[in-house]
Amino acid sequence: MSLTELTAAELVALQAAGKASAAEVAEAFLAAVRDREPVLHSFLHVDEDDARRQAAAVDAKRASGQPLGPLAGVPVAVKDVLCTKGVRTTCGSRMLERFVPPYDAHAVERLRAADAVLLGKTNLDEFAMGSSTENSAFGPTRNPWDPARTPGGSSGGSAAAVAGGQAPLALGTDTGGSIRQPAALCGVVGLKPTYGRVSRYGLVAFASSLDQVGPFARTVGDAALLLEAVAGHDGRDSTSVAEPVPAYSKTVNEPVKGLRIGVPREFFGEGLDAEVEAAVRQALKEYERLGATLVDVSLPHSPYALAAYYVVAPAEASSNLARFDGMHFGHRTKDKLGLIETVSRSRAEGFGPEVQRRVLIGSYVLSSGYKDAYYLQALKVRRRVKGDFDAAFQSCDVIAGPTTPTPAFVIGEKAADPLAMYLSDVYTVSANLAGLPGLSLPCGFTKSNLPIGLQLLAPPFAEETLLRAARMVEAATDWHARRPPVKIGA
Amino acid sequence: MDLDLADVRAVARLARLDVPEADLPRVRAELAAILGYVEQLRAVDTAGVEPLAHPLPVSNVFRDDQPRPSLPVDEALANAPARTGDYFAVPAVFAD
Repeated sequence: MSLTELTAAELVALQAAGKASAAEVAEAFLAAVRDREPVLHSFLHVDEDDARRQAAAVDAKRASGQPLGPLAGVPVAVKDVLCTKGVRTTCGSRMLERFVPPYDAHAVERLRAADAVLLGKTNLDEFAMGSSTENSAFGPTRNPWDPARTPGGSSGGSAAAVAGGQAPLALGTDTGGSIRQPAALCGVVGLKPTYGRVSRYGLVAFASSLDQVGPFARTVGDAALLLEAVAGHDGRDSTSVAEPVPAYSKTVNEPVKGLRIGVPREFFGEGLDAEVEAAVRQALKEYERLGATLVDVSLPHSPYALAAYYVVAPAEASSNLARFDGMHFGHRTKDKLGLIETVSRSRAEGFGPEVQRRVLIGSYVLSSGYKDAYYLQALKVRRRVKGDFDAAFQSCDVIAGPTTPTPAFVIGEKAADPLAMYLSDVYTVSANLAGLPGLSLPCGFTKSNLPIGLQLLAPPFAEETLLRAARMVEAATDWHARRPPVKIGA
Repeated sequence: MDLDLADVRAVARLARLDVPEADLPRVRAELAAILGYVEQLRAVDTAGVEPLAHPLPVSNVFRDDQPRPSLPVDEALANAPARTGDYFAVPAVFAD
């Protein structure tokens, strides 16, 4: 069996047993990256020699008998919005095309401390703004299940790398669904942790009250392993919470006894594709067969969540992206202009159309005369959305529904209509507004062989329940074992 | 959504974003569509509801005030578009 077919947990065990070296594992995945990049374009940056040096260091550490971290010798791909010391971090933007961070993000530090091998930086919608990875300044990523289609976004490169067998694990970020939506469209597991579970230090900020870093993997167990490695308190992010990190990877195989699954009627309404609905309903039947109870719940404000999100997120983005002024780092126009004109021209040259739209929308909804009607009203609706979840979780342990309204869409299909693109996040944004953990896992395929995702949501810091519940249905089905048609040497 | 070209020019100036005159009609139409969509928020009864800016019930997080090394000057300047000695070089802030 090829090394690239193994899970991260299997790769750790194989190396611990001396049956493969970190160097061999790294070579196998580097070969898969080389082979599939011409089709997928999952990566923006891969330094093969650097990956080999990291793998050799892990092998040397093992040979000398030193203790090794929980991801020893496992290659991990990292979304190019997380800072990597000495390695270009572009955010998929011309603005940061030549930016080389002087420090590592907290999550990246954790990966290094876990003895993982950083494989490369993955493609994304510019500054994580988008749902298809088409907004990357460096070209779109393609879906391994059908290269004519998008992998979703904004963490499309990370999802495609894992689905396409280029990396066993990847980190992404999720502001409105940017981990769960591409995980669903690429047929892999993706988890957005509770807001505050993973430090945002070194994550280039999009919307600071919504952003979270989280794992992509082919199995729930592997997602647990990666979350365990990156979660935990960090004093450099004041919103990072000092809750202890449970041993997710140790408990993930224990079924949740008496699991109560809330099924919100609002997640099965207009706009939901029939094949997606059928697969999600089938997964719910599977849960009942496994002894879980389905509970009818209502999230009456969820139809307004997307509108609230598209006020709050651009408002925070317009503020965060004010730092890109072409003065201290990032693109500066070559035109010789005055100070303000230099800033304005640099931003116009450096930002792509979607980023510009969001900066303008954000500036508008925060501006004098409109702030109460738009921004404050959105924040009030946000509290309503959170209140709905608080009420629903009185009668259930997790909430289940579709991750996305449709399977993967064709590249270019929604590019000219920003609103149509936003609607692909309709089921995922609520969890960000409320700060809840959410997970997507494969639960079926359409007739044309496109993956379908089941979304599970849980109360704050209930990732352990979320992972165990997800593992229950994964263990009873074999959707996660299917592989896309993209083959090495194809 | 009632948004005219002058509004777009004004918000672009606020956002320090150079939007060429030729692009204004397209940008206006896109912004109007998005603002039109979010108008539905007005239909939600939010009387007596406090805004929720942040999902976590945390406030005033402090850490020990301990001196730590700062970024060396050369590293801080390494990504600068232009430098003069140990400084970031920028266009003149005040006219002559």
